[in-house]
Parts: sequence; structure tokens; C-alpha cells
Amino acid sequence: MSDAVTSGRAPRLRPTPGQTVGPFFGYALPYDRGNELVEPGTPGAVRLHGRVLDGAGRPVPDALLEIWHADPSGTAVRRSGSILRDGTFTGWGRAATDREGGYWFRTLEPGPAASTDGRRRPAMVAVAVFARGLTDRLFTRIYLPDDEDALAADPLLAGLEPERRATLVAARESDGSLRFDIRLQGEGETVFLDLGQGTPGHAPPDATPDEVHGVVRGLAAGLPSDPLDLPDPSGEIVSGVPSRA
Amino acid sequence: MSIHDPQAPPEVRLDAETESQTDLSTEIRASHRAYRDRRDTSGPEESVVVEETGPVRDFAPYRSSLLRHPTKDLRHADPETIELLSPVFGERDIGTLESDLTVQHGGEPIGERIVVAGRVLDGAGRPVRRQLVEIWQANAGGRYIHKRDQHPAPIDPNFTGVGRTLTDDDGWYRFTTIKPGPYPWKNHQNAWRPAHIHFSLFGTDFTQRTVTQMYFPGDPLFALDPIYQSVRDPRARDRLIAVYDHALTSHEWSTGYRWDIVLSGADRTWTEPEDDDE
Repeated sequence: MSDAVTSGRAPRLRPTPGQTVGPFFGYALPYDRGNELVEPGTPGAVRLHGRVLDGAGRPVPDALLEIWHADPSGTAVRRSGSILRDGTFTGWGRAATDREGGYWFRTLEPGPAASTDGRRRPAMVAVAVFARGLTDRLFTRIYLPDDEDALAADPLLAGLEPERRATLVAARESDGSLRFDIRLQGEGETVFLDLGQGTPGHAPPDATPDEVHGVVRGLAAGLPSDPLDLPDPSGEIVSGVPSRA
Repeated sequence: MSIHDPQAPPEVRLDAETESQTDLSTEIRASHRAYRDRRDTSGPEESVVVEETGPVRDFAPYRSSLLRHPTKDLRHADPETIELLSPVFGERDIGTLESDLTVQHGGEPIGERIVVAGRVLDGAGRPVRRQLVEIWQANAGGRYIHKRDQHPAPIDPNFTGVGRTLTDDDGWYRFTTIKPGPYPWKNHQNAWRPAHIHFSLFGTDFTQRTVTQMYFPGDPLFALDPIYQSVRDPRARDRLIAVYDHALTSHEWSTGYRWDIVLSGADRTWTEPEDDDE
């Protein structure tokens, strides 16, 4: 076994680098009704839509967006069924942009949720952005616009200048839909997030490259696993925050 | 649509027909040298935190990135509850034949049959269990079935090049497929991608969500490829290359490649400076 395993510390493995999604994901990653988290006519259904634009303000027709959010009660859904949609709401969806850079989802609006510090946070949708030309995925958030008090108390939003903050809050359109444009570069550039993953990532000080390869190349079988990391195939809904110990 | 689009602003409108591999390689080397100098001249404390473990976003030799990379630093945010969980996928989401890309049509695809297998782990080395892995790739001739790939290499009617599977309880995935060929593209004149398989991966939390590419050992195109070289640290680039594994090779059937994947996401314990890097 490697030093990383026997030292008594949790080994820290260097991540596999990301690479661009490239131009040809369109026949592989999008799938039927990937952007329809609920069926038409579902009570509470909302259309979440917008465009992805480049640094010249032109549409990005080969981007892919994924959304992941809580249900209307603010609870994360722990159910399968995101790919073969059968009416199960899973809180996850995927949409490719069209020739005008446009995307849309039909989903349920998430409710506000308790944060890891126990405080209530404004309702939001977590987003991963992929595109030809992006060397790695980007993370951002779509905050729902209606609860101004909750938005004002949010630590991320509160730390941003007004014009930067505005890039993270969806607009409520007259038809009730939510509009959220993503500007990859330049004026009005969307705030993209480092959620602790680092970009480009920083190496952990306690793992040498040899350790990493020693562990990754087949020695990790004996490492302890965390039962909280198990996706729950039973369909049970859990609202707890997983241990980060 | 790209820098080759005649509507692009003049400062980014470059001519793929006149830009040579030599020009591109010079740019790649300059960027790598800048990284190396910074890494090697840092103090012992700092040298730890300037190691790049992923690609740089602003990597001009990859021309499609010029107008698409964010120019502002990523904003640090503590992950919220939803971001510390991952969507759940199950057996009902996946067809049983989707992990074998050689049996999706009426006949056998042309090319070198291979098995690609490995484990998906989190940053602590724990298996990522029962999670979705998606792949897509060119055929043995280097041709994608995508309508925008029109270069004169044959379509294989028996090969689509798309697969899906779930990892098992130990984090293992396994695909049977055909070894893809190198692929010509329009980044510059006579540009060729090393043979690769695209991988889409989910971890145990949303911050681990990753799309990447797996390469084959010893590819002569590595040094020339601005996408592979957008990862400037050589050890990080090595982590994108599978290893030939005779234990995955089957008698008179297929050769085997092993590729393990680490998704570290927000799950880390080391410290770093408060200010954003890059």
C-alpha cells in the first residue's frame, strides 16, 4: 500500500483534468426530454430560458447546460429517472443550445433551502456550463428573483457589485417565465464560481505525484468508503446535508 | 460561430489556412514556459499552490476559446446543500447494451476492438458508486457521425460511437468499443487531434461534475494538440492517458486499456490563498 493509505490521513488524490466538450457532443449527450423536468400542464411548472452568448455578444450554438435544484419545498430529490422521463421529478435536466444560442427548461421552481451553516438561502438553481471553446466546465447559479430579502442576505450575492450580482438573478417575464442569459466573456460577463474545486486546480500539499499514481493505479480498493456518498436507488427523499468529514 | 467566421471581429478573425502548426506549437511552448517559470521560481510554500491540476481557461492556441473563456476570476462560493449532492441515476435510466458500442447495429464495426475500464474515485480515493458515465468518440477512421464532421473519411454504418453505463459498487466502469482514429480539425492548417474518447462523469456531489477526454499511450500528436496541451502541467496531462492493461485483454477478442478517474470537486482539505488564482 502507498504511504498515502498507511499514514492515517485521508489521501488526497489529484483530480483528472477536464477537457472541452468539443463540437460533437450533440449526438451523444442531449436526449429526448432532457430539458423537460416536468410534463406540460404540471401545476407549478415554469419555463426557465435564455441564451448563451460569447465575448462578441454573438450566440453560442454549441453549448450544453445542466441544471440541478431542489424541489418546491427546498428538498433535494434523490430519485433516479432523469434520462427515461416517466413523470418522476428529479431536479436535474440537460439542454443543448440551438442555433440562436437559446435554451429552455420546463421545471418546478425550487424552494429556499437550508444551507450548510443552517441558515436559509434564497431559492436557486445550480448550473454547469459546457461548450466548444471552454477548456473545462463552468459553474454558476440562477437565483430566483422574487424574494428580495433572502437575496439581500445571501453571502455570495451580498459580496458582489450590483452589476455583477445582476448576472446571477433570473428575470421574471410578464408571462411568468424565468429568463437567464449566460455571457461567457466581456460586458455583463456572468459570474462563474469556484465552489472549492479550484480552477485551474491547486494541488494538495500532502500528496506527491507518486502517491497519486500509486493509489489511483489500483491500490485504492482498500480505502474506507463513506456510506453517505451512496446514491439512494430506493427513491427515498433525503434533505440532510452529507458529512464533509 | 468561431474565429473563422467572417463576421468575427478583426482582432480575433484568424485564417486557419495560413496559421501553421509551427506557429501554434510556438505559442503552446511559450505558455508552458510561463507556467513552468512561475512554478519553479516560487518559494517552497508557494510552489505547492501554483501547481495546475486542470486546463487553463484562457489558452489562446485553442482558437475556439478566444471569445468564450471568462476573463474575470472565478468567484469563490461555499457550496450550498444542493451542490454537495449529485443527481441520482439508476438502472432504469440505462439500456443494458449501452456499454457495448460494438453491438448497437446489425453488424460488427470496422476497427480494433478494445475494452476501456477503470474506477471512478473521489478526491479521498473512495469509489463513486452507481453513477452515470457517458462516452462518445470517432470511429476507427477518425470520423464522427455528427453532421458537422464532413471530412473525407468513411462513416461506419455499424458504429455510432455513443455509450452509457453506471459504475458498480466499487466505482468500476467498463466499455467495449473500437479504438478511435486521429481526427482532423480546423483550429489551424493541418491540425490533427490525438485519438481520444470523450467522457462525461458525475461524482458524489455536483461540484465534481466533469467532462474530459481519454487518450491512448504514446500518441505522436500529443505535443501538437492545443486541447491536450491546455493542461499545462505535464503530470496533470499524464492523468488523461490510459495505460495498456493485459489483464483487460481477452484471448483472440480484444485488447484492453485501463483508465482511472479522480473527481475531487469541493471535497478537499488543503488550504489555498484567499485571492483567486490565474
